[in-house]
Amino acid sequence: MLSKRIIPCLDVREGKTTKGIKFEENIDIGDPVEMARFYYEEGADEVAFYDITASSDRRDIMIDVVSRVAREIYIPFCVGGGIRTLEDMRAVLLAGAEKVSVNSAAVLNPRIIAEGAEVFGSQCIVLGMDVKKVAPSGRIPSGYEVVIDGGRTRMGRDALEWAKEAESLGAGEICLNSIDADGTQEGYEMTLTPLISENVGIPVIASGGAGNIDHIYDVLTRGKADAALVASVVHYGTHSIRQIKEELNRRGVKVRMAW
Amino acid sequence: MIAVIDYRVGNLGSVRRAVERLGFPCKVTGETDEILSAERVIFPGVGAAGKAMECLRETGLDEAVRESLRLGKPILGICLGAQVIFERSEENDTLCLGLIKGKAARFPEPLYGAAEGLLKVPHIGWNGVIPQRQHPVLEGIRAADEFYFVHSYYPLPEDEENVITLTDYGVRFPSVIGCRNLVAVQFHPEKSGTAGLKLLRNFCTWDGRHAE
Repeated sequence: MLSKRIIPCLDVREGKTTKGIKFEENIDIGDPVEMARFYYEEGADEVAFYDITASSDRRDIMIDVVSRVAREIYIPFCVGGGIRTLEDMRAVLLAGAEKVSVNSAAVLNPRIIAEGAEVFGSQCIVLGMDVKKVAPSGRIPSGYEVVIDGGRTRMGRDALEWAKEAESLGAGEICLNSIDADGTQEGYEMTLTPLISENVGIPVIASGGAGNIDHIYDVLTRGKADAALVASVVHYGTHSIRQIKEELNRRGVKVRMAW
Repeated sequence: MIAVIDYRVGNLGSVRRAVERLGFPCKVTGETDEILSAERVIFPGVGAAGKAMECLRETGLDEAVRESLRLGKPILGICLGAQVIFERSEENDTLCLGLIKGKAARFPEPLYGAAEGLLKVPHIGWNGVIPQRQHPVLEGIRAADEFYFVHSYYPLPEDEENVITLTDYGVRFPSVIGCRNLVAVQFHPEKSGTAGLKLLRNFCTWDGRHAE
């Protein structure tokens, strides 16, 4: 039986891990390579890196991080943030990442998903989508709108429709990040997550809002997520990955317990 | 020297890094001479069976794989490399290498799990293996160990004797295949943490003799 995945997420700015609340007030919290290795040894099933380096001419710093991570951990890892072209994808995949996630660039140019899937395979292409709760309308029937720029720009696209389109374009997984929940540690988004998971045939990774094990349990059961991204809850030592998995296992969620 | 066959499908860096990490010299190569002079061979692959077979034929590396098998070199097929070793694949009904009798079969859809309900295809993530018979590459693998899978098709040998482990995902499918000096795994050992590294290490020291 397939295990639910626990995926620590590291926001990386100019080669350092940072953590902010609702995409603001970022502070440095450590070396991404060391942190990835630590989480790998603690039983993480995958690691996600999100490059939030502002200027594009400093992207080589991230490529260096990726190639160092690839020599330290032997589980899949995904790199997102600032991925706009096939060349951006190629650079992180060649440096050793298993997957790339495209977010804003895919909303602006959906063909990048199809091109990436064609060249590198769907298994490499994760659609990252940031969503914000809005009043349901004709244009946004699900009541969740796709946003970019950390929530500052609303795209006028319905989140569920976009998820389905991305799947048909060839995305291999969807990482659904709730802007409302991100960094709050008050729980994952629990309405849209199951809605999308039940309406697409690819895995859905829930992101944003994990503050305790109950939240993670909820999103992996009632929320129908295939994987849960965790950040603050593990970065600040509230819980270790091991504790999270032991507790989920005790509650009957199938997780990988040997590593 | 271990040759990782490069027939232009997918990124082979992670396989090379894992093998080197274990202390074995390793080369990613598309040269027949280098493959035939290697002590053992890793035959990876991602993507579609049709494209993979096309690349194998174009590069002539299909013959290098065949010859390696005939010479008795230990060969490890990974993922798509564990599918194209069969006679054919249900993926666009592709004619494959025919090194083992059988085919690569597609997961039935809709696919239901007893406890999980409707299951997604592809099968992506960590899952266990249930040993059916012994094989040197499984030495030291524990019952709780899991491996990382990404696939929509799975190996289905005609001969039950070739099934080394099974994995449950809606159906119970063969996940490790063994036939003489060829062993093939549907999962990615290079991405499967310490359990995967252990299996790779076992392969790197295996003499190529098939288990009983």
